[in-house]
Amino acid sequence: MEGMAGYCGPSVRSDCFVRIIPDQQAGCRIVLKSKVESLYGTSIRKLVEDILQFYGIRNVTVEIEDTGALPYVIAARVEAAIRQLTETDRSFLLPLLPGNIYPTLRHARRRSRLYLPGDNPKLIINAGLYRSDGIILDLEDSVAPEKKDEARLLVRNALRNNDWMHAEKMVRINQLPLGFQDLEMIVGQPLNLILIPKCESPETVEAVNEKISALLGENNTDIWLMPIIESAAGVHHAYEIAAATGTVAALAIGLEDYTADIGAQRTPEGTESFYARSVIVNASRAAGVQPIDSVFSDFTNDEQLFKTARASRTMGFEGMGCIHPGQIPTIHCAFDPEPEEIEKAKRVVWAFEKAALEGKTVVTVGTKMVDPPVVKRAQNTIDLAIQSGLTDKAWRENYEG
Amino acid sequence: MKDNWIINAAGRSVPATINGEPAIPFMGVGKYKPSGRKYNPPVSSCTDYPADGNKLVPSLKEALLRAGLKDGMTLSTHHHLRDGDYIANLVFDIAHELGIKGLRWFPSASFPCHAHLIPYLEDGTLDWIEGSMNGPLGEFTSRGKMKKTAVLRSHGGRVQAIQNGEVRIDIAIIAAPAADIFGNANGLTGPSATGVLSYADADARYADKVIIVTDNLVPFPCLPMQIEGNEVDFVVAVEKLGQPEKIVSGTTQITRSPDRLIIAELTARFCELTGIIYDGCIVQAGAGGISLAIAEYMHEIMRKKGWSIRAGFGGTTRYMVDMLKDGTMQHILDAQVFDTEAVRSLNENREHRSFTLHNIYNYHSKGNFASLIDVVTLGATEIDVRFNGNVVTHSDGLLLHGIGGWQNCLFARNTIIALPLFRDRIPVIVDEVTTLCGPGELIDVIVTERGIAINPLRTDLLARVQGSGLPIKTIHELKEEAEAICGKPEKPRFTEKVVAAIKWVDGTVIDVVRQVAE
Repeated sequence: MEGMAGYCGPSVRSDCFVRIIPDQQAGCRIVLKSKVESLYGTSIRKLVEDILQFYGIRNVTVEIEDTGALPYVIAARVEAAIRQLTETDRSFLLPLLPGNIYPTLRHARRRSRLYLPGDNPKLIINAGLYRSDGIILDLEDSVAPEKKDEARLLVRNALRNNDWMHAEKMVRINQLPLGFQDLEMIVGQPLNLILIPKCESPETVEAVNEKISALLGENNTDIWLMPIIESAAGVHHAYEIAAATGTVAALAIGLEDYTADIGAQRTPEGTESFYARSVIVNASRAAGVQPIDSVFSDFTNDEQLFKTARASRTMGFEGMGCIHPGQIPTIHCAFDPEPEEIEKAKRVVWAFEKAALEGKTVVTVGTKMVDPPVVKRAQNTIDLAIQSGLTDKAWRENYEG
Repeated sequence: MKDNWIINAAGRSVPATINGEPAIPFMGVGKYKPSGRKYNPPVSSCTDYPADGNKLVPSLKEALLRAGLKDGMTLSTHHHLRDGDYIANLVFDIAHELGIKGLRWFPSASFPCHAHLIPYLEDGTLDWIEGSMNGPLGEFTSRGKMKKTAVLRSHGGRVQAIQNGEVRIDIAIIAAPAADIFGNANGLTGPSATGVLSYADADARYADKVIIVTDNLVPFPCLPMQIEGNEVDFVVAVEKLGQPEKIVSGTTQITRSPDRLIIAELTARFCELTGIIYDGCIVQAGAGGISLAIAEYMHEIMRKKGWSIRAGFGGTTRYMVDMLKDGTMQHILDAQVFDTEAVRSLNENREHRSFTLHNIYNYHSKGNFASLIDVVTLGATEIDVRFNGNVVTHSDGLLLHGIGGWQNCLFARNTIIALPLFRDRIPVIVDEVTTLCGPGELIDVIVTERGIAINPLRTDLLARVQGSGLPIKTIHELKEEAEAICGKPEKPRFTEKVVAAIKWVDGTVIDVVRQVAE
C-alpha cells in the first residue's frame, strides 16, 4: 500500500507529486527531486520531516518531485498521501496568514467571481492579483472524483496561507452528501461564502447551513451561501431557495446545466434562458438577496462578453462568473455605472437632499418627478461608483447642483 | 594565487588574468578610457583575388582550409539564424573532421541548437567560447567542463572588443541569406531571410579572413550591401543555412499570461503617468512576451493621445511594424528581426532601416545611441536591494543566458526592469545578485505584478509618482513580500573554480561565474 498525491510532468509548475512507500527499514528517507533544490532543499526536507512526525509516521520512503510548490502546497500533498495510509482526523496546519481573516457583508459587491479549479496551485497563487470581487476555489466539476480528497486539503491550506488580497473567499462544494465532507474540511478556516451547486430545494440550503452551524459550534452568521440554480426544478423553487435561511446572500444561475435540463440549445442571444433568468432576478429581489448571472464561456471574445454582461445588468443581475482572469476588467466595466448615470444619480440625490432640508417632499429634476424609489436607486448607483473608484466619497463637497 | 585577485569597483573579486591574458577590473561606470589606436586587420591586395570578382569556392571545408584554418584559431559567427542555425555547427563539424584542436568560438550569441558543439568542447576541438552562453552550453560551462574560461560580453561589448583588438578574429564565417559571387551580402531575401546582418558587421571589418556562406546566390550586385564584398575572401554556396521556422517566427505572440499582462499594463501606466514617454520620444523594444505586451499598451497610449514615437530601436516584430503603419512610430532602426512581417517591412518601408551594432552600442566610440533612448524595458534573472542586476545566471547559480544588448540598454534615460516577483517559488529580488552584470546606479525602476520599486537615486521619478495611484513600494518591501510567500532562499553553493568572466561594456571585468557545487 502506497500513498500518492499531487501532480508532476513537463507542463506542471508550482506543484509537487508525493509518493509515500512503507519500508521494512527503520527511519524515514526523503528522496527529493526539485527545481529549487539549491534554494529550498533544506526547508522542504524539514517540512516533510515535521509532517511525518506530526502524524507519527515511521519507516517510510517519501519521494517528492517538486516544480516549485509553495510550502502550503507541499504540506497539502504530503498530508493527502499520509491520509491514504492511515486513518486520522488530525490536520497539519501551517501558521495562518494573518491578513487572510476578514469578514464580508451580506450585500457586498459581487460583480465578478473567478472560478479556479481547487486542485491547481499554479492558478491559485496569484489569483488575488486580478482583483475580482470574489474568488471561487472549486471542489465540484473541475476536480476529478479520485482527486476530491486531496483537493479538499489543498483548498483548506490555500484559504489559510495563500494571499487573497481581500477578495471574497468562496468555495464551491460538491452536491450533498459529498459536500458535507467538503464542509468538514474547510469550515473554521478563513472563508466567506459557500456555493451550493445544482440546488433544487430549500432543504438543501437548510442542510448546508445546519452543517456549518454544527461545525462552528454556534449559529452560522457570517459564512454566506450562494445556491446555484441549474435545473428546471431549481428555477421552480427559486424563491423558497433564496429565502431558505438568513445566510443566503445571493442566488446564481448556471446555464450550461439548466439548458441541458430543459432540452434547449444555448444561443448567443440567450432567449432559451430568458424565463429562468427573469425568475432568478425576481425571486432574489423578493427574498432580498443578490441575483447573480452565469459565466460567459468564450474567454477570447471580450466584445461579446461586454454585451452579454451589460444585458445581464439591464435585466437586474448584479454580477457574473469568470472563467478566465482576462474577463474580470470587462465584467467590472459592464456592471459599473456609466459616467452619465452617475451624474444623473448625483443630480437626483442632491435635489432630494436639498428639498428635504427645505421641508419639501416632492422634487422635480428636469421635467421628471423624483420620488423615494428613484432616490434609492440613484443612491445605489452612487454607492457602486464610490466602491469602484469612479467617484469620490465626498462628492457633495464640490458638487454644484 | 591570492595576489592575482583584485577587488573591482563594484566590490567583486576578479582575476587579474583570464586565459593567460591580462584583464582590467571594472573601475566604475564611465571610468575606464583606453588609449592607443584601433586594431588593424592585415592589408589585402586585389591582385590576390580573381579579376572577374568570382570568389566562389566549392565547399566550406575548402574555404576554411584556404583561409588557413589551424589549431588555436579564433572563429566567429553571428546569431541572426537564431535557434535555426546550421552554419556554426557545420564549421566545427569540419574542424573536427580535419583534426583541428584548441579553437576558440566567438559567436555573437549561442542558442540551444548549438548544444551540438558540446562533444567538440569535450574532445579538444574547441577549448572555449567567448560570447553569449545560452541553455545547454551555459549549463556545460557552469559544471566546470569547459577547458578554458568562458567570456561573456554584451552585443556592444563584443564590437568594442573586436575594435580594440581584445579579440582578434582569425576567420569570420558569415551566414548570408542573400549574397553575390563578390561577397556583397544582405539578410533581406531568400529562404533563410534574417532581415539584417548587423551582428556580422564588425566581424567583416576586422577579421583576418572572411567567408560568406549563402543558400541564395543572387546575380551581382546584391543590394543593399549590408556586408560589403571587398571585406570578403571567399563565398560558399550551401543548400540551407538553417531551419526557417526557427530563424524568424511566422508570428510573434504577446503573452496571454494574466500575471505578465498586469506587469505590462503597470509598466505602460508608469511611463504615461511619469511623463517618460511623450510625443517624439525614442524607445527600444524587445521580443519577450512582456516586452511585446508593453509595446501594445504603449501603442494604445500613443493612439489615445495622438502622439508618435520618433524612433524605435529593434529587435523588430510585427507590433512595431503596425505602429509604423498607423503613424504612431516614425522610424524603426533595426539590428535584429524576429518575425516575417518585420522582414517584409524592411524590404518595403523607407522608414525601417538596418543599422550596425558599431553605430548604436559601441562604448568606445564617438557617442552612444543607447543614452538617447527615453525608455527601455528589460528582463533579468535577479535584482538586488541595491538595484544591481543579473541576467546570466539563475538563483541556483547555473549560467543559462547571454547578456545580449542588456548592459548596453542600461544607458537609456529611463531603464525599467519588468518581471514577475517570483517564478515557480524562486524570488527575483535578492540581498545580493549571484552574478553582477549591471550596476544598480543604471537601473531606475523595477515593475512587478505586486508593485513598483523606484531607485532612490531617481528622486525626480519618486516625486512624479506622488498621488499617481500607482502601487509604489520600496525594493525591500518587494523582497520581503516575495519571501513571505516563497520562504527565504538559501544561497547557491560554488567551488573556487572560475568558469566564466563577465565583461562590462568597456571591456573591464565586472564579475566572474564560478562552477556550481554538485
